[in-house]
Amino acid sequence: MNLKTFKIGGIHPPEGKEYTEDKPIEIIMPETGALMVFPMSQHIGAPASPIVAKGDRVLLGQKIAEAEAFMCSPIHSSVSGTVKDIKPMLTPGGTMVQSIIIENDGLFEEDPSLGKDTSFESFTREQILDKIKNAGIVGLGGAGFPTHIKLNPPPTDKIDSIIVNAAECEPYLTTDHRVMLEKTDRLVQGLAIMLKLHPGAHGYIAIENNKQNAIDAMVKAVQGFDNISVVALLTKYPQGSEKQLIYAVTGREVGSGKLPASAGCIVDNVDTVLAVERAVCKDRPLMRRIVTFTGDAVNNPGNYQVRIGMNMNDFIKAVGGFKEEPSKIIAGGPMMGKAIYSTDVPFIKTSSALLCLTREAATLPPESNCIRCGKCVSACPMGLMPLNLNQDALSSDMAAFEAHHGLDCIMCGSCSFVCPAKRHLAQTIIAYRGEVMASKRKK
Amino acid sequence: MNGNLMVSSSPHIRSNETISSVMRDVIIGLVPAAVMGIIFFGVTAAIEIAMCILAAIVAESIYNKIAKKPNTIKDLSAVVTGLLLAMNLPALSFDTHPIAIFVMPVVGAFFAIIIAKQLFGGLGQNFINPALAGRAFLLASYPTLMSGSAFGPTGFLAKAGIDAATYATPLASIKQTGDAGATLIQGLIGNTGGTIGETCAIALIIGGLYLIIRKVISWRIPVVYIATVFIFTTILKFAGVPAAADRLPVQELFYGGLMLGAFFMATDYASSPVTPKGQLIMGFGCGFITTLIRVFGGYPEGVSYSILLMNLCVPLIDRYTAPRTFGYSKVKAKEVK
Repeated sequence: MNLKTFKIGGIHPPEGKEYTEDKPIEIIMPETGALMVFPMSQHIGAPASPIVAKGDRVLLGQKIAEAEAFMCSPIHSSVSGTVKDIKPMLTPGGTMVQSIIIENDGLFEEDPSLGKDTSFESFTREQILDKIKNAGIVGLGGAGFPTHIKLNPPPTDKIDSIIVNAAECEPYLTTDHRVMLEKTDRLVQGLAIMLKLHPGAHGYIAIENNKQNAIDAMVKAVQGFDNISVVALLTKYPQGSEKQLIYAVTGREVGSGKLPASAGCIVDNVDTVLAVERAVCKDRPLMRRIVTFTGDAVNNPGNYQVRIGMNMNDFIKAVGGFKEEPSKIIAGGPMMGKAIYSTDVPFIKTSSALLCLTREAATLPPESNCIRCGKCVSACPMGLMPLNLNQDALSSDMAAFEAHHGLDCIMCGSCSFVCPAKRHLAQTIIAYRGEVMASKRKK
Repeated sequence: MNGNLMVSSSPHIRSNETISSVMRDVIIGLVPAAVMGIIFFGVTAAIEIAMCILAAIVAESIYNKIAKKPNTIKDLSAVVTGLLLAMNLPALSFDTHPIAIFVMPVVGAFFAIIIAKQLFGGLGQNFINPALAGRAFLLASYPTLMSGSAFGPTGFLAKAGIDAATYATPLASIKQTGDAGATLIQGLIGNTGGTIGETCAIALIIGGLYLIIRKVISWRIPVVYIATVFIFTTILKFAGVPAAADRLPVQELFYGGLMLGAFFMATDYASSPVTPKGQLIMGFGCGFITTLIRVFGGYPEGVSYSILLMNLCVPLIDRYTAPRTFGYSKVKAKEVK
């Protein structure tokens, strides 16, 4: 098969996928009596508003928070039980967020609205979008963009390509890989549903060639769908970044500051597409997600299906804990994931992995002078010059930072990875980029 | 466990490459040429190499001490500078210059490390190649030792009767008599007059390829540099320029300091462009100026000065060759600047 990839920049970090890529997805359920925490903000946009009160009994799959704003997504209980409290709780993002706390009664009694097996063929476009919105589906790759909004772009953007992002370029992460092997047909169904929303568009499942068995499985599964094809990609980080993926698959460049829809594309993560299938064909809202639990500090690295809201400490105990005290725990992959300072937090919709590193693996080398080797320039997939942006950020030169297109940084971390001087390139650029954007918003 | 977790901004992993691993690769790349230099120029070459490296390390340590900065000799950049400087020195005869053999490397290394490198901010901040700056300083300080008769091969093989070349470098000989006075094979293996590290073209090419394969340097500067010298000399020769009449383009590649300059000096990180396009310009500019000096200039060789001159243009080159940012059309990219 002809391998595609993006043209400029990119790196090859050690993959680390060998620990978990052969581990089938295991289902982990919360124990009876466990406290489940559902933060009201698990997505980009306005927080959802609670529609249950302290003391209420809720059922599995019951909607407990409603989306009132346009850019918002509802939240459902992933267990049956009693609402214990509604108060700010610590989230994996490190902030306190208003959350609904539900004590699991262990019965998993389902809400009557759940579980009707239906075919999506008879649904209208509006019905499908409504089901996706009501299921609380957001981008599960990490960004948490509400999926019903993404699937319904302004009519001026003519969508001709829907891309399932199965690149999974982040080291260590293997959930998309396992989904493609284990839930192959349902993934194709999910894509077919999304294609029904955009008649005439073509569906692509884009997979890096370090997952050859997934490519083979998907190629077999899409036989008979003439509007879906599998695209094999040459493994390179950050291929799973929206703009790089669109370029690799379609050859189109998404303009600076534009959304994929402007290039006629919709990109959705594997787990998201699977959630769409469950929402539309089975009337089940988003209540679970698949996470990779890995790193050199853990006993049983693997892929696990967890209930959203489950406490990470409970989960870590349930899957065998640590063989060595971790020094750093990262929510997500090692390139773009966020280091968390406490595991006493719930899994939320966007938690894709827990990477637990020992002191040895977590210790970063000290920073030294830039030697102007230019490796960051060659590595940047956006054609930026990170060494200059680093200087602009350190000297707080907003005008220069913008003139050097610092706002176009996709925060992939490739520059910091390759830097032989171990400079904190991405770190300073990302931090300053946030500052610049905040000051622009004020104006 | 909670409360003891490290928190830092992503990315959380780094490549294994460090400054010292890069410098170590450069040293490895220079070893073949250094060994050939010692073989052809003898024990004094080895003494000068050792003196240059030692003096560079001492200079770096002293400066760091005075400036109250952490000692940076472990990054090996001072060793590289010292070694490169030695490659640019003639092997002096122990009988005629017993003091200069020790003093010249020290003067050059101190100038390179302290004046050219540290006073401008240290590693990565020097705007010209420190080793070449040291060489230029020595050329002004020891004009007779740094040119002419000091260049003859005096080493083991040379003494053992392999065609000892005349006491002028091939390029100087071409300039004076129109004839290189050495065969092309001699130039390739390094049995000609010249500085310690510049004569063995094969060893330098092997070392240069090693650096390219290890991704320490890109192919752009050396390939464009060498190609420009070849093409420009060919053009001058066949255009009937009198000064170029005696020049054979192939000779221009393997005699003199071109290979050393193209692979190891023009590619110095701090004083060469970081952008791919800029590196092409750097290579072309070096090749162009080198040929101009060789053909029309008063000096027989133009590699060092061409690189030093191009070093000065690097900030400007980098500024105007920034890559196109993804998502910007070519027209728009120009508007922004």
